[in-house]
Amino acid sequence: MRIMLEKRGEHSDVMAVASPFIAFALTIVTGGIIFALRGDNPVAALYVYFVEPLTALWSIEQLIVKATPLVLIGVGLAVCYMANVWNIGAEGQLTMGAVAGGMIPVLFPAWQSPLTLVAMLAFGMAGGMIIGAIPGYLKNRFNANEILTSLMLVYVAQLFLDWLVRGPWRDPQGFNFPKTITFEGWQLLPTISGSIHLGSIFALIAVAALAFLMGRTLKGFEIRVAGNAPRAGRFAGFSRERMVMFCFLLSGGLAGLAGIVEVASTVGQLQPQISPGYGFAAIIVAFLGRLNPLGVLFAGLLLALSYIGGEAAQITLGISDKIAKVFQGILLFYILACDTLILYRINFDTGRVPAPQPAE
Amino acid sequence: MEMFYAVALTIMTAATPLLLAAIGEVVVERAGVLNLGVEGMMVMGAVCGFGAAFLTGSPWLGVVAAILAGMGMSLLFGFLTLTLVSNQVATGLALTLLGLGLSGLIGESFVGQPGVKLPNVGRIDPLIPGAILLTAAVAYVLFRTKTGLIVRAVGNSHASAHALGYNVIGVRYLCVMFGGGCAGLAGGYLSLAYTPQWVENMTAGRGWIALALVVFASWRPWRTVAGAYLFGAISILAYTVQTFAWGIPSQFLSSLPYLVTILALVVISGNRMLTRANTPACLGQSFVPDR
Repeated sequence: MRIMLEKRGEHSDVMAVASPFIAFALTIVTGGIIFALRGDNPVAALYVYFVEPLTALWSIEQLIVKATPLVLIGVGLAVCYMANVWNIGAEGQLTMGAVAGGMIPVLFPAWQSPLTLVAMLAFGMAGGMIIGAIPGYLKNRFNANEILTSLMLVYVAQLFLDWLVRGPWRDPQGFNFPKTITFEGWQLLPTISGSIHLGSIFALIAVAALAFLMGRTLKGFEIRVAGNAPRAGRFAGFSRERMVMFCFLLSGGLAGLAGIVEVASTVGQLQPQISPGYGFAAIIVAFLGRLNPLGVLFAGLLLALSYIGGEAAQITLGISDKIAKVFQGILLFYILACDTLILYRINFDTGRVPAPQPAE
Repeated sequence: MEMFYAVALTIMTAATPLLLAAIGEVVVERAGVLNLGVEGMMVMGAVCGFGAAFLTGSPWLGVVAAILAGMGMSLLFGFLTLTLVSNQVATGLALTLLGLGLSGLIGESFVGQPGVKLPNVGRIDPLIPGAILLTAAVAYVLFRTKTGLIVRAVGNSHASAHALGYNVIGVRYLCVMFGGGCAGLAGGYLSLAYTPQWVENMTAGRGWIALALVVFASWRPWRTVAGAYLFGAISILAYTVQTFAWGIPSQFLSSLPYLVTILALVVISGNRMLTRANTPACLGQSFVPDR
């Protein structure tokens, strides 16, 4: 039996909406199979993983806290990928955002002013934009593949943070632990309700702003043309170089903001590990949200659920929380596979030779 | 002399995993497929190679398991990009994310376990000359045989190759699997010969460096050897300088291979003559046979 693709006359609107749901359903089924193979009751395990975190107030708060960086980074990446600009170094941009923003409490610990936090956030965004601009510049000036350069900078940024917190920025009273001083109250984001902090509002603003940009402005049109019909874009006089730089500055700035938001809330200091791979998980968020800002909002919550469910499964079922990364990887595979359904019909060829088509 | 020999040996050991992964990707990209999942296939090769050797006690079974793991992962990639014509860049990223997650889960019980080292043949481990022989074979097949001509035709103009009656998708499947096997073997080399143990994320970006090497080598097998040995030398240099401790923080030296990768990409990609002449014309483009 062979699988044959038949091109649809036009792309299927039903499938465009349904494909993320089909992908998620398939991930659940696969997850159930994995649990069953381990000897767990799949229904009970899936309940612990995907439903139980939604039944308690504190875990819903955790969900929103974890979704915040994912959505912030994810919306920026969605715009990038829409324009066919492949920034996969968001993890490094997040790291440099945390470093640049964290510079203020570490170097000027006594500066206590309402402006402290504003400056931290601005520095964080700038840090992410600066390191994000590097692959953009190298792409425009030297045609260097932005996928590889942006990824290489992730390792460089993480090593740089590692050096800072073990070396010059280490807390002198920290018993030699690799960490900076703990941030004080005025250097932390105010909370809104429970553990939910101001960063979640930033994420909502970013979603709304980019939804407006993509749907209502010429820039949004330019981004879609850059991705879908680059040749047409060139004829329209849209500059590819400026588009590449715009995408990297936008997504780098948002990833940098996510970085400083993380260290100025849940983490509360700089340390070698500040993110459980949010920059990479946000790639999945962007695709699961079908590169649409509003979709990214829901996708971010779903990916956050995969992190929280992983922790719950570790505590209740004794499964390694590494299962979360496996689920995330499987989910992205299913999303990409299901996207095929938007443009093609799938026929199962059972081996019969099709009748020859008349020559044109 | 003995000192020189020791340094040369460590450079070769550091270069071999890069070379193995890169030479596989050269074949994949020559057939017009961009598989960015090298890191994921490599890390799966590393964990499966270690696991098989640890459980059976035979490093050679470990090598076989590593190759099969890489091939299995590449088949997944092939099914999505070739049969379901998904976006190759996104699918490659998915393969890397899945590989890193899955290897962490599989390898959890192997952390801290003693590894089984691949025995040396003479004074070196057999995969060092093995990688060179593999390069020679790839160079010969790609540029001196009809098979190679078909592979390059599929990569340069899939529509023409299809019109001539070649099975574009079939050729690409085989090339993708070859690349997967090579990446798996490269990962197995890390966990069976380079440092015989399992550490999560032990590939540490080598799969990505291998991808950059393919561009650096402008898709030519023998230049891949030169590139891999150059990178091996740089990473060994970083370690050697570290032991002398001239006050340079170790993190800066550790970031050297990544910075050099960026530099290499800039130098080579800036030279449009070199890249345009060798880049497979259909690289990264999906192909749907009309019937």
